Amino acid sequence: MVIEMVIAGVCVIGLFAALGLVLVLMERRVAAWIQIRLGPNRVGPKGMLQSLADTVKLLVKEGMTPNGADKFLFNFAPFIAMMVAMLLMAPIAFAKDFQLWDLNIGVLYFSAISSIMVISILMAGWASNNKYSLMGAMRSGAQIVSYELSAGLSILAVVILTGSLNLNEIIQSQADGWWIFKGHIPVIIAFIIFIIAVTAETNRAPFDLAEAESELTAGFHTEYSGMKFALFFLAEYINVFIVCAIGATLFLGGWMPFHIGHWEAFNHVMDYIPSSLWFFGKTFFLIFLIMWFRWTFPRLRIDQLLNLEWKYLLPISMFNILLVTLMAILGWHF
Amino acid sequence: MSNNSNYKDSSSIPPLASGGGGASSSGGGALQYLKDVFNGLKSLATGLRRTLYYFTHHKEIITEQYPENRDTLNLPERFKGEVVMPHDENNEHACTGCTACELACPNATIKIITKFDITPEGKKKKALDKFVYHLELCTMCNLCVVACPTDAIKMAQTFEHSVFDRSELTKILNKPGSKIREGIE
Amino acid sequence: MVEEIGTTPEGDIIINVGPQHPATHGVLHLVITINGETIKKVEPHLGYIHRSIEKMCESLTYRQFIYVTSRMDYLSAHINNHACALCVEKGLQIEIPSRAKVIRVIMDELTRIASHELWWGAMAMDLGAFTPFFHAFRERETINDIMEETCGARLTMNYMVPGGVMLDIHPNFQKRVKDFITLYKSKISEYDELVTGNIIFQNRMKGVGYLSPEDAISFGCTGPTAKGSGVSSDIRKLYPYEVYDQVQFDEVLETGCDSFARYMVRIREMNQSIRIIEQLIDNIPEGDFQAKTKAVLKLPKGEFYQRVETARGEFGVYIVSEGGTTPYRIKFRSPGFSNLSALDQMARGSKLGDLVAMMGTLDLVIPDIDR
Repeated sequence: MVIEMVIAGVCVIGLFAALGLVLVLMERRVAAWIQIRLGPNRVGPKGMLQSLADTVKLLVKEGMTPNGADKFLFNFAPFIAMMVAMLLMAPIAFAKDFQLWDLNIGVLYFSAISSIMVISILMAGWASNNKYSLMGAMRSGAQIVSYELSAGLSILAVVILTGSLNLNEIIQSQADGWWIFKGHIPVIIAFIIFIIAVTAETNRAPFDLAEAESELTAGFHTEYSGMKFALFFLAEYINVFIVCAIGATLFLGGWMPFHIGHWEAFNHVMDYIPSSLWFFGKTFFLIFLIMWFRWTFPRLRIDQLLNLEWKYLLPISMFNILLVTLMAILGWHF
Repeated sequence: MSNNSNYKDSSSIPPLASGGGGASSSGGGALQYLKDVFNGLKSLATGLRRTLYYFTHHKEIITEQYPENRDTLNLPERFKGEVVMPHDENNEHACTGCTACELACPNATIKIITKFDITPEGKKKKALDKFVYHLELCTMCNLCVVACPTDAIKMAQTFEHSVFDRSELTKILNKPGSKIREGIE
Repeated sequence: MVEEIGTTPEGDIIINVGPQHPATHGVLHLVITINGETIKKVEPHLGYIHRSIEKMCESLTYRQFIYVTSRMDYLSAHINNHACALCVEKGLQIEIPSRAKVIRVIMDELTRIASHELWWGAMAMDLGAFTPFFHAFRERETINDIMEETCGARLTMNYMVPGGVMLDIHPNFQKRVKDFITLYKSKISEYDELVTGNIIFQNRMKGVGYLSPEDAISFGCTGPTAKGSGVSSDIRKLYPYEVYDQVQFDEVLETGCDSFARYMVRIREMNQSIRIIEQLIDNIPEGDFQAKTKAVLKLPKGEFYQRVETARGEFGVYIVSEGGTTPYRIKFRSPGFSNLSALDQMARGSKLGDLVAMMGTLDLVIPDIDR
């Protein structure tokens, strides 16, 4: 039992570092190609080692603490961000029968833990003793609390259809087709709302008001440098990975291969592709979506951000829940 | 005033769609609400399509990889990189030392030191001794080149001027032992 | 010195935006008083890039001082040089060849497009969209290449001299300008797709940064800032110089008075510039590119003023001459300074994010404000 836990822990930390490096490189490459640039091309073959070089640079930099800062909270905040990201990793099914913790309320666990993220941002912003940081933290607080609602409601759509909070059961229920295909328009609406809401929850552009570099220089992490900044940076990317993994699990069938009804031969071919490949393929597709948004759209203003949630996303997702419930009761899905 | 036009107006720019998305904030019932949502999403999709086009079309990339493409860099012949004094194969230049360039320079970049040569007839004649050029002060305004009556100086296309010691930027443009070309007064 | 207090007696926070801040595009320093996210007061502090260019010009001759003005509004260097050259010519009372006039106007309009392209990218970047910046630079670099071929420099050209232009146009000039016009027309719709039509962008721009026509006049705003408020202030139309009275173009006016109106003025102004270039590019008259002038220029005793329309508004050169080879006094009327003074009026009561958008639509070039 102990050995199992140690192995799992080492795996998670290894996955963490690897994901951080891959995602940062991916982000820079996506940004470059959209902006008709080449992107990283100096360090290593085709610039593959660029993010590794950046990490080494951040590691050897001095991690400064401002004089007026609340030293304990200031240094503690990045670790909370990391801890939240690590905790969220636990219930995700990376492949068939490969899950760290198969708990029966996986979806609820995800919603609950991801809300803790805002505490680290508020803590960082308050403890920095910097007005820009404080404003970034306050914006982030209002934003994450609001967008939790519609993220939760859109997840609920799938929970209603499945009748279970267990991530494994949700995946099993998609063996004959993913929810995004089986659930007709209501699930597609829920999926769109989910993507918008998690983009906001992870503080990604166009909802990056907590950082908003043209307004608040760097928002809540203005005063952070070196490895403490790197932890925030890493946590952001891990969070993006996790929300996309959750989205892939709920709407796109997780590691479940692409199956169409009773086409046995086709389904059989699909089963030959390893389940982990399916999972990572779907997740990285969603990550690409979120990166694509970031490099296309301008940023919203804080009041518009809250308007979007309370006047548009929340009413639509509430109405959507009604539709989904009706569909589940009448059995209109396949 | 614009009636006495001498030039033909053949403009064919399509008028810009000043609207595009539905940014109307006025209320107007559920239909208007849904229309707003739809138009908004449509305008976002338009932008996404454009960025996806560039993401997938790598031949549009315009990055120039500068230090590597040094050999293929094609600078126009008028590019103002630094002032040089061309010498011909006999190590002769065209500078008479008239100081027109020195006077034209706004930044005191050029300092001309003259000497007196003895001509074969035994007369004393003013000639160029040293053409001192302070590259660190130069703003590449081209006024000296325009001012020169004998076209003795011109702009070169070099542009990598970084050195480790500032004194290296003070240059003497006439080569050692050079003299003025025959026939230039 | 900026006072060290962080809050006002009413409990509002004072924030120093700049002189090192990503949104100020240079060393502008704004001391803003905010209540939560709402702006109560904006106070610009200047002087971080003051080089006393006006005083420097007094020690330079009438040929030499022109190059310095490229360093003020470096994005419309040609137009600044043009104004100085025109003012000196006014004093000398010389008529310049028509070839030089047409070349000057084409160069001015290319500069205006290049300036607006950069503004468009920077403005989108202020709003958090990075991609337009790179797309705008693609077109802008084409203009810079054209400039480099004819003038020998990309940013501070020093091409306009008293009496005409320094060098004749490059043989490739006309062909490359026409290629650019084709490129521009094929790409301008992308600007709409990426930014203008975007609903987030429109919501960020419409109805913010209101500047009434009365305020625009009383603050002395010119250029797109005034035109966005419906105030006709195009020097090219009101006091035509060179061949502007012989080409057809519309003065762009928008009546929205908000950030979006100022945005649309600049986008439409680019199209008008293309229109002017199209009319002139095939009709460059043959002849000299420079009038014959004396080696040493001496302006008669008196005062001379010349104004032109730069990419940001009215730029004026005021020369007082005592009859010598150098000006006795020079004053530049820069558009950015007056436009910046309206920022406080526009920003009061709006959100912090809007301040950045407003500064973007004012198209501030700090060396132009400070000189």
